[in-house]
Amino acid sequence: MKPKIAFFDFASCEGCQLQVVNLEMEIPTLLELVDIVAFREAMTEASDDYAIAFVEGSITRESDIPRLKKIRERATVLVALGACASSGGLNALKNRMGMDTVKNIVYGDKAGRFETFPARPIHAVVPVDVHIPGCPIHKDEFLRVVQALLLGKKPEIPDYPVCVECKLKDNLCVYELGQKCLGPISRAGCGAWCPSNVDACAGCRGFISEPNKNAQTDIMKKYGLTPDMIMKEYRLFNAYTEDSNE
Amino acid sequence: MSSQNLSINVHHVTRVEGHGDIEVNLKNGTIEKCSWNVVEAPRFFEAFLQGRPYKDVNHITSRICGICSIGHQLASLKATEAAMGVKISEQTRLLRKLLLHGENLQSHVLHTYFLVAPDFLGVGSVFPLVKTHKDVVVRALTLKKLANDLCDVVGGRTVHPIRCKVGGFSCLPKTSELEQTRARLEAARPEIDKTVELFATLTIPAFERETEYIGLYAKTEYPLYEGELCSSDAGTYKDEDYLAVTNEYIVPQSTAKYTRNKRESYMAGALARFNLNYASLHPKAKKAAAALNLKAPCHNPFMISVAQVVEIVDSLENAIALLDTILKRGLQEEALEVKPRAGRGVGIVEVPRGILFHDYTYNEKGEIVKANCIIPTNQNHANIQKDMEKFLPMILDKSQDEIRLGLEMLVRAYDPCISCSTHYLDVKFIA
Repeated sequence: MKPKIAFFDFASCEGCQLQVVNLEMEIPTLLELVDIVAFREAMTEASDDYAIAFVEGSITRESDIPRLKKIRERATVLVALGACASSGGLNALKNRMGMDTVKNIVYGDKAGRFETFPARPIHAVVPVDVHIPGCPIHKDEFLRVVQALLLGKKPEIPDYPVCVECKLKDNLCVYELGQKCLGPISRAGCGAWCPSNVDACAGCRGFISEPNKNAQTDIMKKYGLTPDMIMKEYRLFNAYTEDSNE
Repeated sequence: MSSQNLSINVHHVTRVEGHGDIEVNLKNGTIEKCSWNVVEAPRFFEAFLQGRPYKDVNHITSRICGICSIGHQLASLKATEAAMGVKISEQTRLLRKLLLHGENLQSHVLHTYFLVAPDFLGVGSVFPLVKTHKDVVVRALTLKKLANDLCDVVGGRTVHPIRCKVGGFSCLPKTSELEQTRARLEAARPEIDKTVELFATLTIPAFERETEYIGLYAKTEYPLYEGELCSSDAGTYKDEDYLAVTNEYIVPQSTAKYTRNKRESYMAGALARFNLNYASLHPKAKKAAAALNLKAPCHNPFMISVAQVVEIVDSLENAIALLDTILKRGLQEEALEVKPRAGRGVGIVEVPRGILFHDYTYNEKGEIVKANCIIPTNQNHANIQKDMEKFLPMILDKSQDEIRLGLEMLVRAYDPCISCSTHYLDVKFIA
């Protein structure tokens, strides 16, 4: 019998699930290997019987917690799909502003009606087996993870910086063009997606496990960034990690 | 079956982007409740844009929605460029128009084939169709891939494009890539014809409710990237006066704000664009409209999906024409020159689901002090509600399952992008 897989989402843009739909010509092959039993964005039927659950999005309200715990109970393997689920992503940018402040900014005198708490990645609520980082995820990495899981192996997510992939591609360093890049401390695996398109890495895949932040800060200072600007660069996709010193 | 007592509660309507519920309550033949509820978790984008430098803003607002990320970026760039007085080159305009046609094509193929067609073929998703209607699925996947490849070539990535920058592009496509894409688009014409043929065979529910249609309007081209803000009831408005059109308000059943202009609700999206701009459609798209029995003005919201098929034809033909122009001119590297300055700017574009507004105020350092984004699905929520109120009494003699499916199909026709619509949000930053 084919393994059953399911997709779920919390606060997110659903772009990572869209990347799965964007597998396009690979979809028929994928369907030969697995049964997709729940995927609200694409299908009406839904089953609670699944082995692998892919979860996109951050946890941002009380009602999210029991729903995520149910998914965790039912799944043998829980995969965090994309930056929002695996590191909190952009959603965590609101965290330090205070929830009353952000609600007032957005909903004015009706603020009391809306439920929200500081955004957190799903591993802050339940144990997670695999993290697929990125905003959005890279389709090739998604397929590599599925392949590994189907073979019963632990998927390998690179733990070296984006600069490695960028150099292999022979790209001109974007610092030479006056941009401020987080490539030296950010996790590779995207094929240096942004620098290859002449845009600085913003660290959407999170930082490597032992990032040399002091050296990174020094480089950015050397290129004219103030401490406030440097903090904004670090926090863009990694506010949850930066704030909690994980 | 006569449904004297009935309770329908569709928790999280499927095959739409984001989270919305349908609630219906019928007691002794009287409708006690008929409600479209938006329950998406708010994400507070406009709040955390505060203090962000202008160069990050389009990349941040892109993340409002994975499906319309190109449109969000372009509305964002237009707003920032208007605020800072940045002029873009003709080459940049042409490439941006090409990107929007790519997004429109991609999104409409996804919606019509993957999200709408299963209802008409009596299945719950596109996946079982891989076995029963393989040719149809392969055609849909081929067209979707083609549109996504076009966006990859121009934007560097189709979901959250990388190359779109204030003032232009960080990096240009290669001429050979554009030539290849053009050839593939041309080769796809027979598949587009088959798409029109397929949708011409589907029976669309007969239902009409006249409403106000809001969108961009242009005489010389079917407008996606630029045009005048227009209402079918009230004519054209200046970009800066968009708030006089949207008039947002908060309702209890929704985490998204609603909008209204001259009536109690209005419609944005493919059918609104079609009704406002039929005259400027590509001749082949007009031919498709005739084959699909779609005539302007059309007041049947179920025909939104049909208008999307007409736009598939229009976007394919316009993409080919734009590529011809771009290839004839030749691509030139252009420097990005932006001098940050304080000011306010409004950016308006048409995205697959309708008209999109971004409105920013910057300080002299080029950091956001105030932001407002009004998203198409937001503007459609009230119209969906009013349609449901009129449609439900017409189908009360059906079975509960048929009523549920009918209401779901109505919601789905609007192609709602709910995760977008909870991020519209009027922002007043507290100093």
